Amino acid sequence: MPNENKKSEFIEKLNPYVEKFKVYRDKVLALNNDSLEKTIAIALSICFVCAILVSFSAVALKPLQIANKAYDMKRNILDVAGLLDEDTDVDQAFDSQVDAKLVDLETGEYVENMDVDAYDQRKAAKDPELSVEIPKDRDIAHIKRKAKIAKVYLVKEGDEIKSIILPIHGYGLWSTMYGFLALEADGKTVQSINFYDQAETPGLGGEVVNPNWRALWRGKKAYDESGEPALVLVKGTVDPNKPGAEYQVDGLAGATLTSVGVSNMIRFWLGRDGFAKYLEKVRKQS
Amino acid sequence: MSAVLNEETKNVLVSPLIDNNPITLQVLGICSALAVTSQMSTSLIMAIALTSVTACSSATISMIRNHIPSSIRIIVQMTIIASLVIIVDQILKAFAYEISKQLSVFVGLIITNCIVMGRAEAFAMKNPPLESFIDGVGNGLGYSLILIIVAFFRELFGSGKLLGIDIFPLAKDGGWYEPNGLMLLPPSAFFIIGIIIWVFRQWKSEQVEQPDFKILEIAHGEGGAH
Repeated sequence: MPNENKKSEFIEKLNPYVEKFKVYRDKVLALNNDSLEKTIAIALSICFVCAILVSFSAVALKPLQIANKAYDMKRNILDVAGLLDEDTDVDQAFDSQVDAKLVDLETGEYVENMDVDAYDQRKAAKDPELSVEIPKDRDIAHIKRKAKIAKVYLVKEGDEIKSIILPIHGYGLWSTMYGFLALEADGKTVQSINFYDQAETPGLGGEVVNPNWRALWRGKKAYDESGEPALVLVKGTVDPNKPGAEYQVDGLAGATLTSVGVSNMIRFWLGRDGFAKYLEKVRKQS
Repeated sequence: MSAVLNEETKNVLVSPLIDNNPITLQVLGICSALAVTSQMSTSLIMAIALTSVTACSSATISMIRNHIPSSIRIIVQMTIIASLVIIVDQILKAFAYEISKQLSVFVGLIITNCIVMGRAEAFAMKNPPLESFIDGVGNGLGYSLILIIVAFFRELFGSGKLLGIDIFPLAKDGGWYEPNGLMLLPPSAFFIIGIIIWVFRQWKSEQVEQPDFKILEIAHGEGGAH
């Protein structure tokens, strides 16, 4: 076993250093606890040991954490597209049916010369190079900056687009809520909405994740006849017989500010600072 | 186990459950008891995380207790506790991603949980590692007990569920139970903890504190310096 020989050779070489270390260690440990030397020695060695442990755990677990995050994101996208069942194979379903695309929010055109998988819109929104500041009077979602390029997902069956999934985010009561809005191929009719990252009050504003409430969004119209974003949350229950009911969703009971936040977020991202240009193009094509 | 645990160590383990409970008697660690108890599942994970951090940090600090310079002892304790908390957080993110998303900052805030620091300073600095470890487990369990009782009532009455399983069918889903919104807000934990403290002190009257000051009766004469 040459490997083992090398190992024992290496250990033998190290031996004198280990002995030296032991001598120093005993010297330090024998010092008076309150002496300056010992204080510094203990502080340094504690930092050293703790730093090694922390960085080891962070580095060793990183791949698992990244995989978890990616898996969670795929699950959310499939969920908002209505493709998620108890026994869906998330990776397989995502890869076969969902297509990620980058959209320039300014022009509404697809960006082809960038790596889609590597692009992180949330990170880009903080990067001064990749984002723009939103003028205060137009910043109704209270997000301050937005990425110039957004990552949208298209669900396709063959060549036909089944749904367009738009990333949205905005401020609620306590937290910035991150989610997806799924529209049908007409770029107008809502399929579903979900929020994957929010910290609203559990049971009140936190009900944005409630499947029963989310089901109310299906079939609502995002834009009115004149092409303006029209979808809002209203207080109480929407009367389906009243005119305009197709633009309204029930607000969350006991969570007025979260509901306002969701309304604003929808208005912002469907508006001209958001996906209005892109969706116009989609509508023209279909 | 009985061979390992003599009477005294058993006491170290058991007394923090009721007799010397960190939340109800020492009134430590209230902050996270308010924050994570709206659901049983988050409380359970928080309880496990805090118990393991308290036990391991107490044991580690106890191992080096004779060499910690007193001038930097708090910061040495904090460094060890913080490192352990980061490791726990990393492990949760890797193996229990959903729960770690729900607990968000509260795992990180174990660092500032007074129970961990309190046990390090009060027990681990003076006792050998094994006892310190057991003391950490005991106090962690005492904290867990209260957390789980509070979460039980908050989740049951706040959302009609236990561990995410429907117990009371909600009115909005066609059932009969109208959930109590207050139970989902942190202040409700204050009320429940208050009631638990009251029950404990009714049951074990030695927990009732002596008043800090007694009004002197003039009839007893001068009575100034006791």
